[in-house]
Amino acid sequence: MASNPSQALRWLITGEWRQHPGRIAIAVVAIAVGVALGFAVHLINGSALTAFGQAVNTVNGAADLKIEAASRLGFDEALYARVVGVKGVADSSPVVVLKAVIARGEPFTLLGLDIIRAAGVTPSLIGASAQGPGGNGDELFASDALFLSQAALIAAKLRVGDRVTINANGRTQPMIVRGLLPGIAEGRRVGMIDIAAAQWLFGRLGKIDRIDLKLTPDAQISDVRARLIPLIPTGAVVSDEDDDAQQSDSLSRAYRVNLTMLALVALFTGTFLVYSTQSLSVTRRLQSFALLRTLGLQRGGIVALVTTEGALAGLIGAMLGLLLGYGLAAGALNILGGDLGSGIFGDAPPALIFAPLAGAGFFALGVAAAVGGSLIPALQGARAAPAVALKNAGDSVDPRDPLAGRLPLTLLVAGVGAAFLPAVGRLPLFGYLSVALLLAAGITAMPWLARILLAPLARAARRNVPVDLAIQHLHGAPGAAATALCGIVASTALMIAMAVMVTSFRGAVDEWLGDILSGDLYVRSEPGWGGFDPAAQARLAAIPGVKTILFNRQVPIIVDPTEPPMSLIARPVGKGDAALQLIGKAVMPPPGTIAVWLSEPAARILGRKPGDAIKLPIGQNARFSLAGIWRDYSRQQGAMVIDAKDYSRLTGDSVRDDALVLLKPGADMAVVQRAIRAAAPPPLQARLTMAEPAALRTFALSIFDRSFAITYVLEAIAIIVGLAGVATTASAQASARTREFGMLRHIGVGRAQIIAMLGIEGALLGAVGGLVGVTLGTGISQVLIHVINPQSFNWTMTTRLPMTLMLSVITALIVASAITAMLAGRRAVSMDAVRAVRADW
Amino acid sequence: MIRPASLSLAACALATTSAAQTPGFTYPDVKPGRTFAFPADHGAHPGFRTEWWYVTGTVKTAKGKNLGFQITFFRTRPRVDPRNPSKFAPQQILFAHAAVSDSSVGKLIHDQRAARGGLGIAEAKRGDADVRIKDWRLARLSDGRFSARIIARGFALNLVFKPMQQPLLQGEGGYSRKGPDPRSASYYYSLPQLATTGTITRGTLIETVAGRSWLDREWSSRYLGGAAIGWDWTGLNFDDGAALMAFRIRGADGRSLWAGGTFRRANGVVVTLKPGDIRFTPTRTWRSKRTGATYPVAQILTIKLPEGVKRLTLTPMFADQELDARSSGLPVYWEGLVRTEGGRGYLELTGYAAPIAM
Repeated sequence: MASNPSQALRWLITGEWRQHPGRIAIAVVAIAVGVALGFAVHLINGSALTAFGQAVNTVNGAADLKIEAASRLGFDEALYARVVGVKGVADSSPVVVLKAVIARGEPFTLLGLDIIRAAGVTPSLIGASAQGPGGNGDELFASDALFLSQAALIAAKLRVGDRVTINANGRTQPMIVRGLLPGIAEGRRVGMIDIAAAQWLFGRLGKIDRIDLKLTPDAQISDVRARLIPLIPTGAVVSDEDDDAQQSDSLSRAYRVNLTMLALVALFTGTFLVYSTQSLSVTRRLQSFALLRTLGLQRGGIVALVTTEGALAGLIGAMLGLLLGYGLAAGALNILGGDLGSGIFGDAPPALIFAPLAGAGFFALGVAAAVGGSLIPALQGARAAPAVALKNAGDSVDPRDPLAGRLPLTLLVAGVGAAFLPAVGRLPLFGYLSVALLLAAGITAMPWLARILLAPLARAARRNVPVDLAIQHLHGAPGAAATALCGIVASTALMIAMAVMVTSFRGAVDEWLGDILSGDLYVRSEPGWGGFDPAAQARLAAIPGVKTILFNRQVPIIVDPTEPPMSLIARPVGKGDAALQLIGKAVMPPPGTIAVWLSEPAARILGRKPGDAIKLPIGQNARFSLAGIWRDYSRQQGAMVIDAKDYSRLTGDSVRDDALVLLKPGADMAVVQRAIRAAAPPPLQARLTMAEPAALRTFALSIFDRSFAITYVLEAIAIIVGLAGVATTASAQASARTREFGMLRHIGVGRAQIIAMLGIEGALLGAVGGLVGVTLGTGISQVLIHVINPQSFNWTMTTRLPMTLMLSVITALIVASAITAMLAGRRAVSMDAVRAVRADW
Repeated sequence: MIRPASLSLAACALATTSAAQTPGFTYPDVKPGRTFAFPADHGAHPGFRTEWWYVTGTVKTAKGKNLGFQITFFRTRPRVDPRNPSKFAPQQILFAHAAVSDSSVGKLIHDQRAARGGLGIAEAKRGDADVRIKDWRLARLSDGRFSARIIARGFALNLVFKPMQQPLLQGEGGYSRKGPDPRSASYYYSLPQLATTGTITRGTLIETVAGRSWLDREWSSRYLGGAAIGWDWTGLNFDDGAALMAFRIRGADGRSLWAGGTFRRANGVVVTLKPGDIRFTPTRTWRSKRTGATYPVAQILTIKLPEGVKRLTLTPMFADQELDARSSGLPVYWEGLVRTEGGRGYLELTGYAAPIAM
């Protein structure tokens, strides 16, 4: 045997696996789950981003470079003529972009194009006449000629030649469907009309929203960009495809990184499960290893043996994980959509795109996790002195020795330190490192913690044999207990951390909703139907029963072309009902500047604090200053408020979309609602949504729950993996202690007493694991709440503890560990006592 | 005469029927008996549906090489609502097209431009010739010469054309019929025998050239009768100073539906040719591998003059002078440099790849 070590290894591994298939299976499953989750999140996000990018490109027509309006107010069309002559610009295509609705269909993007220019710059956007080339060209330029993408045509149940009514920018216009847009990607709802018609019919005279540019072949994008910048007025920005990609990437980056990190955490839990499985298996086989050592096998051979076992489990687990992850991604894309229910991308489910590189990466991670989990037990097994090990299979630590606490302390200090480091590239990488270090600190401290926690029990004198035996066993051999516990501690800690974070977040959102939903009634106009003009606003304000009505306007605004658009909210800001709830202090804007209040995410994204000057793409030469920061959990991309009067003066836009109504005491809600509908502009009357705060709050919280659905799934998986770990370690330990049970039987301990002892041991283990896990989890949740959340989502919150959940987790662990320990013990105890003792040679 | 409506967009815009009748919108008719006034008529007539400035020329480089060129500006007025105050309103749309014929290249070098009028980007001025699309321009200078400046992809034309003769009014005093229906007609005059100088640039090679050109000016609101699918046209400058324009309009069967032309002798006497006076007889065809179209690139043109029948053989400088730019929305046609006994000019063949819809 010794003459052929590799054969010996094979024999040992296959022997071990054949004997305990369940144990190795659970390690394989843990690795598979970690790999699967990580890979699935990556695939889903990759596919969603690709689809989102295509959607952006579909509407943009993939121009080399473009000048975009920073808000939907557009910019002066005079810029177009100036851009035409810029060196390096081969052709330029002006575009009017409208959000439009077909009377009985879905909303779509309506582009007003100069078909001649678009033919050269963005040919995918131009329409094909149904009559083919040589047909009547007047229809290309006629102001009622509409071209629709296939998806828009189908959504509105139209055919070429049909007459339709189009609503956009508050105007309603009859159009004729003259043909299709064959270049538009499948599933995208886009329409095209002549740019002059778009300006004239939909109230955009003098304004355009975009200029698509085609560059000469020799021109450098950066050079042309530099030449364009001086021409660009306030209200427009220059961007290229990379900016678009970056924008859509940053839309979901924090969300995606968080999910990936959660998946890696699952993998980490898998590592601990492999570790505990392998530790126990090494402990049980110490005698075999000692025998092999005395027969001439080197230490390295033992290490190779145990790590090879781990690697094999990792290979199988990682492979299964990839398959599972792919299936999971496919399912999740169909059920939840590309944003996993978070509403970031909000479109049809994207097609799944396989990512071979990422697959290889997660595969390697899975194998590494398994090898890593095996390495420590392997070294322990190799280090054991053959002579001692041959005799003794239990804890080789003397119960009277004090346990060293240096490593856990170092890890703890490092973990806390990492939590204070700033984000890297807007990602909370050190925050995650801190989570990992805290977790490791907690787990390495387990033997010590187990002994400390059990010490009071050990000192107490009782007469109950099973209880005493159980306590003394755990207190005396905390290393074995810790090994059994590390998997469950890891998964409980992570699960509790997530739960605390989500509970705190939900509580914060709920409280915030209470703050902002201070009105009696909310009135929303459907986009595309024009909103409330000043006359309508006056009519609404005069309705009997209305005490105060606050109108607001929300427009997307581009402050930085590499960032997703923020929301600019124009609303009355003042005292009383119009007051804005601020975080921290309000700062008076210096004279000559206009006050802007940023939402918390906006302030973090733009890196501004109250009192700072800020540049906004509205109003010529207007200067703005940050007057305060308000809490907002609804717009992750950031939002800003300016006073309605300032907004109207700067933009000339006096239309408002939404209103908050406060009623006079005793006013009848239903009567007021009817009066509001009657006073609204006619096209809007049938398209007003009115909601009372309670309904809005329920709706908002349901969105919140939907977006966290995936994290609930991950939590459940973490707990299941942890419980599976308890079951395997319990059975492993029980079978490792067969001789001990035989001895106990010999000295007169009854079978039932042994099982009771095991049950109590299990319950104690569960209690210690649960307690430590919950405590550790609460600590980690503070990193999630105060480091990771602000760094990746740009919002803060106060901690709320889900006490019921915490207690039920501990209870579940106690019960589950006790039951699994007793079940495992029954088999071990059923063995003939004589045979069991004889094994102790 | 008839110039192929270059871009199919133009062809579209030229169509005489309209699905939607636009209130308050009419096109002026072309009627006989119009008095022409210059330089006003060199300028645009924006009320009419379509109009063009069409220069073809034959030049020699300093090294003695023969080149041909073509510079065309089209103006069309689509049927759009005249009430639209938008600066983008396509009241006028301009197209331009330029090509160089070099027998050593063996095919045409060409490029095009298009834009809606206005916004300082494209304009066809009234009162005198001045048409511009971005960096392409054809204009009449204060000294009476015309100047063309074309900076295209891979080539550039910078040419000056000096009129040596009076404008030649085509048809009946500039009223040129295009078919049996007298309403299908155009106002049409030509400036043949333009003394041409300037430079032709290809790549980095700038060559000084000199030669003779022909400017065709035509505007109309109603062009072809329904049965027509295309036409053959030629404009020839003779070495002695004489000039000949002749065209025929073909039906689907290849036979002539109409024909017309004008011969101005070296001494200035003008002979107007009636449909029966003109016969085009193909002598050699060339088939384009790109488009599959077969063109009668060499023809014998016979015209009936008072002194008897004159036979002219039209021989192309090289066969492949097909313009195929369908990718940019152009129809396919043949516009080629030809020589004949005692003269040179251009032959234009349209409707051979697919019927021209005008």
